Amino acid sequence: MKLAIQINEGPYTHEASVSALNYVKAAVAAGHEIFRVFFYHDGVNNGTRFTTPPQDDVNIANSWSQLAKDHKIDLVVCVAAAQRRGIVDEGEQKRNGKDGNNIADGFRISGLGQLIEAAIQSDRLITFGD
Amino acid sequence: MSDIKKFMYINRRAPYGTVYAWESLEVVLIGAAFDQLVSLAFIDDGIYQIMKGQDTSQLGIKNFSPTYGALGDYGITNIYVEKESLEERGLTLDDLIPLKYEDENDNYAEKDSIKVVTASELAKILEEQEVLLDF
Repeated sequence: MKLAIQINEGPYTHEASVSALNYVKAAVAAGHEIFRVFFYHDGVNNGTRFTTPPQDDVNIANSWSQLAKDHKIDLVVCVAAAQRRGIVDEGEQKRNGKDGNNIADGFRISGLGQLIEAAIQSDRLITFGD
Repeated sequence: MSDIKKFMYINRRAPYGTVYAWESLEVVLIGAAFDQLVSLAFIDDGIYQIMKGQDTSQLGIKNFSPTYGALGDYGITNIYVEKESLEERGLTLDDLIPLKYEDENDNYAEKDSIKVVTASELAKILEEQEVLLDF
């Protein structure tokens, strides 16, 4: 089955992102295709490479980056939600005159149309959040 | 697979206090460009999103409720409001923004977009959907 994933919450306050990580790993292991993972609302905070949790804690952003690398999964951060919350890639840095960027490996910033397209192209849209 | 799907946006949170309602409306407006079959449902505190007379001047937060009035122009004409959620809050249809659209199949007659449905009717409508976006 072709799956689209939407994540609506940030990495630590809420379990949504970790649940989604586990779900995506299980889905890939079961032979399903992940069309795209779309990060929305505070979910965009999963896409910063600047998180440094204690060593005995899971680094959720790194886990997503690793998963994207291992299985060529498309991780998309909503641009409008990202701009509000300070998630920046090189393009956004230049466009908005910021002094740096923080997007994690394997993530890209794009528009909400990517969520709609993923829902159209996939057999199921699975949402993680409240 | 058909490229036209039935999309339902479920709005169940109050308009202010969290960003979900506003960011949901942003998805609805962007998504309208994809020519899908779109419906919106307002349940629970989501009802307050389309209440008349919203004034956020004391909150320091943008009042985005006028934007709902543009939904008809975006081709979004199926808006369901759950009857029980209205009643639990002591509200009636008259308390809501009168969302309308122009029916191009009926000489552009102005029609109401909002349909008040019971929870069980809404459940059946949800069963028919292919994509649920829940905010």
